[in-house]
Amino acid sequence: MTTKLMGQKVQRVEDQRFLRGQGRYVDDVGIAGGARLLHAAVLRSPHAHARILDIDVEAVLDLEGVHAVWTYDDLADLAAPMAEPLPLLIPHPALTHGRTQYALAKDEVNYAGEAIAFVVADDRYVAEDAIGRIRVSYETLPPVVGIDAAREARSLVHEDVPGNIGARLEQNVGDAPAAIKAAPHTLSLDLTVERSACTPLEGRGTVARWEPDLNRLQVWTSTQSSTGVRAAVAVKLGLDLGQVDVITPDVGGGFGVKINHPWPEELLVPLAARALGRPVKFTEDRREHFISSAHERGQVQHIEVGFDDDGRLLGLDVEFWHDHGAYTPYGLIVPIITSTQLLGPYKPHNYRVVFESLYTNTVMVTPYRGAGRPQGCYAMERTMDAIATYLGKDRADVRAVNFIQPDEFPFDQGLIFQDGRELEYDSGDYPASLEKIKALVGWDEFPAFQAEMAAQGRRVGIGLACYVEGTGVGPYEGAHVHIETSGKVKVATGLTTQGQGHATVFAQLVADELGVKFEDVEVVTGDTRRMPYAVGTFASRAAVMSGSAIHLAAKRAKEKALKIAADALEAAPEDLEIVDGVVSVKGSPGASIDLGTVSVLSNPLRYAFDEASKAATQFSVGDPGKPPVAEDDEPGLEGRDFYSPERATFASGMHAVIVETDPETAEIKILKYAVVHDCGHLINPMIVEGQIHGGVAQGVGGALYERMAYDESGQLLNASFMDFLMPYVTEVPDGIDIDHLETPSPLNPLGIKGAGEAGVIPSAAVFAAAIEDAERVDRPALAITAMPISPSELYTLRQEHP
Amino acid sequence: MTEELHDVRLSVNGTMYEIQVPARRLLSDALRHDLGLTGTHVGCEHGVCGACTILVDGEPMRSCLMFAVSAVDHELTTVEGLTNEDGSLSPVQQAFSECHGLQCGFCTPGFLTTITAGLRDNPTPTHEEARDMIAGNLCRCTGYQNIVKAVERAAVLVDLAEAPAPEAGRRP
Ligand code: FES
Ligand code: FES
Repeated sequence: MTTKLMGQKVQRVEDQRFLRGQGRYVDDVGIAGGARLLHAAVLRSPHAHARILDIDVEAVLDLEGVHAVWTYDDLADLAAPMAEPLPLLIPHPALTHGRTQYALAKDEVNYAGEAIAFVVADDRYVAEDAIGRIRVSYETLPPVVGIDAAREARSLVHEDVPGNIGARLEQNVGDAPAAIKAAPHTLSLDLTVERSACTPLEGRGTVARWEPDLNRLQVWTSTQSSTGVRAAVAVKLGLDLGQVDVITPDVGGGFGVKINHPWPEELLVPLAARALGRPVKFTEDRREHFISSAHERGQVQHIEVGFDDDGRLLGLDVEFWHDHGAYTPYGLIVPIITSTQLLGPYKPHNYRVVFESLYTNTVMVTPYRGAGRPQGCYAMERTMDAIATYLGKDRADVRAVNFIQPDEFPFDQGLIFQDGRELEYDSGDYPASLEKIKALVGWDEFPAFQAEMAAQGRRVGIGLACYVEGTGVGPYEGAHVHIETSGKVKVATGLTTQGQGHATVFAQLVADELGVKFEDVEVVTGDTRRMPYAVGTFASRAAVMSGSAIHLAAKRAKEKALKIAADALEAAPEDLEIVDGVVSVKGSPGASIDLGTVSVLSNPLRYAFDEASKAATQFSVGDPGKPPVAEDDEPGLEGRDFYSPERATFASGMHAVIVETDPETAEIKILKYAVVHDCGHLINPMIVEGQIHGGVAQGVGGALYERMAYDESGQLLNASFMDFLMPYVTEVPDGIDIDHLETPSPLNPLGIKGAGEAGVIPSAAVFAAAIEDAERVDRPALAITAMPISPSELYTLRQEHP
Repeated sequence: MTEELHDVRLSVNGTMYEIQVPARRLLSDALRHDLGLTGTHVGCEHGVCGACTILVDGEPMRSCLMFAVSAVDHELTTVEGLTNEDGSLSPVQQAFSECHGLQCGFCTPGFLTTITAGLRDNPTPTHEEARDMIAGNLCRCTGYQNIVKAVERAAVLVDLAEAPAPEAGRRP
């Protein structure tokens, strides 16, 4: 038997291309076509809130090399649905005032960066020249910036949305206010988290080619949902779905921002390609990514909690205000996740949560890795720390008394999750995780270390934070496995890849299930020509959803292979095994047939095209008494299947960090970072650890450096990598200690749970806790309630607590 | 208005290319769009991320901060030119593969060129020096942990090969 690849640190197959500079990202597409390729640029609003009085494109028309200049008024003639607002992707009954933008602004702009005009030219330089010549007259309107201004509602973002409130949603389990009233101890907390963003190294981009000879459209786009873009493009351009192919090439990072679709350019580029009869490309630049894609995180939270002498929660009442920016294309997903996943590994007994999702004149908010969980984790874990401080108890002990115990699974939290299903945890072992993280970070030894450091005049602190993450949400993913006559296996799944190594991990699963060589398996993702039914890559769902679907599809292909081989070898299918692509009778390796030949036999032929295929022609095979393809069968050695779980599977973990704060400068230094992670069975530990590393680095950025600095007029002041402080190696911990726990999920055949987002979820919580712990050596009343925190903010806090 | 074009000869990875470009054409755009060498990536166009780093006469340079017209008379090396003569991966490339030093791969070409030059100048970096070597490049995926490991592994591979790091793009 060959060794199982599941669980092995298999090196990635995609690296060979990437390392040689042969990756193919969207901006690489079409270059071979030479001068026929046209380039687009977009005129964006300089104002956060304004009425458009007039757009004068006169000066552009005589510019050499310009092929088209469009404003809103041109759209209806190009395709009637283009004059409608962009789709509201995820409607929700509580989203009573959902609003989406137009592909090009109609009458009004609601954030600085909103698309107003679209130019197509010979190259990007000329397109930008043209953009510079368009004259727009505006009547500026008062901008609403920040959650406080949105709540005050002295100005409105959208005239017809009273109070700037897009949605209000309340969920209750038990009676939290009553339980808090009756509790022996109560506390209240007010917390804030600022905005950040995904900022993948590759921004958005789209290329489209209209094929007049085929009457169809091909679109390459840097997306997390190729089937979503396909459906949107077809509807908006008035095409049949079957006329549109969407191909997701290599994607230079997503982290959530590319799940939103269609972006204005994702429709305008195909529209231009069809109208002009030439391929067209739009590649976003860095400034555009900051001001015209999407952000996340910004929330203000108010928490009331009642608890007993051990710190056991009796009632938890959370109210929060979520800044969703100017529009709501992605519905309420982020605040719903905050409100539900806030509970983490704990049983609150009585829980009330209510949020308002608010409009502001800023870039819209859609999921960023973690998708609302970091904020929820922050609210809950700050509460746990506050309870421990109040009772004078160990912070780990307070958490432990509130854990859902291993024998309580499945555990229904009594809420409705982001997928519209019950928030029911499938499995986990939180006490075991806590023991692991305490050992890994040296929790019990820390007080001695802290005292020792204090004696030297140094300030160190430790923090701990726990999370539970619902991963692998539905509705489904599918897979197609095709064993070709060469014996090579071609696998397709519809969701997309942004660096997670899907071509490797999915090939591991197929090689294991089918009994073929890993090198013989080739995986394609995100190509609607190969798998038209798919949802997308978000919510740490790729391994769970597509992994399971691929496993099932490989199983089907194997069943078929064994049936055909059994006929050929005159043996029973149960007596056969497949090793390295050869089917043989167990125990008598002489009787064997390779999978390539089985594939030949699976497709009865009239015409031979090579030596091997002669074996499948009509005078060579088949029982003359039966049809060549049986009634319940199909030609070809293929397997296709779908995986659609009842509900999400819940991964979990705990992070701990030790920091040192400088007594003079308030500089914050990370001394140790530890992660315990439970995502069920691991397919490839190397890749899972890579995901954790990346998540932790993003978490460090979000906790200590990154924020979207808007001024009161709604201008984003730090829209560049010079001013938005994304961590370099110098800002991330030198080494991250990782320990795994593997509590398999009972919900899918491989027992896996998602791993993509976990690294970033507890960061704000764990850093706030550690910094607070370090500071309290001198200032027992100092509390960290706003994240991210910079040295100057920490310094100011110290001044307030002399 | 017609833009004036300039005849430019660019020597990239040992091959001479002749193109006609306006004076304002960025070297990164010329490499990618005029020469079709799309291995060099553009992550910010303002000199901060390092994704566009190439070797100019062996020294790391941000090709988004250079004009194509100013790259004449220089030897340019892009990621496509880093592999060994026989087409196998160079020690730095090999180390990235072994250490899982890349995820989406978008930042990778800039790291590879930077480290290739870095190890040539300092073939036996300490851990701190290995971190320092990559401190000017941004990666959003890996958290840098495995990139640092790859630098250290590459130093070992270079040593094992008992050959100096490839003198990529050095002028004779
Ligand atoms: S693209 Fe040149 S440094 Fe970022
Ligand atoms: S691997 Fe994706 S940015 Fe570095």
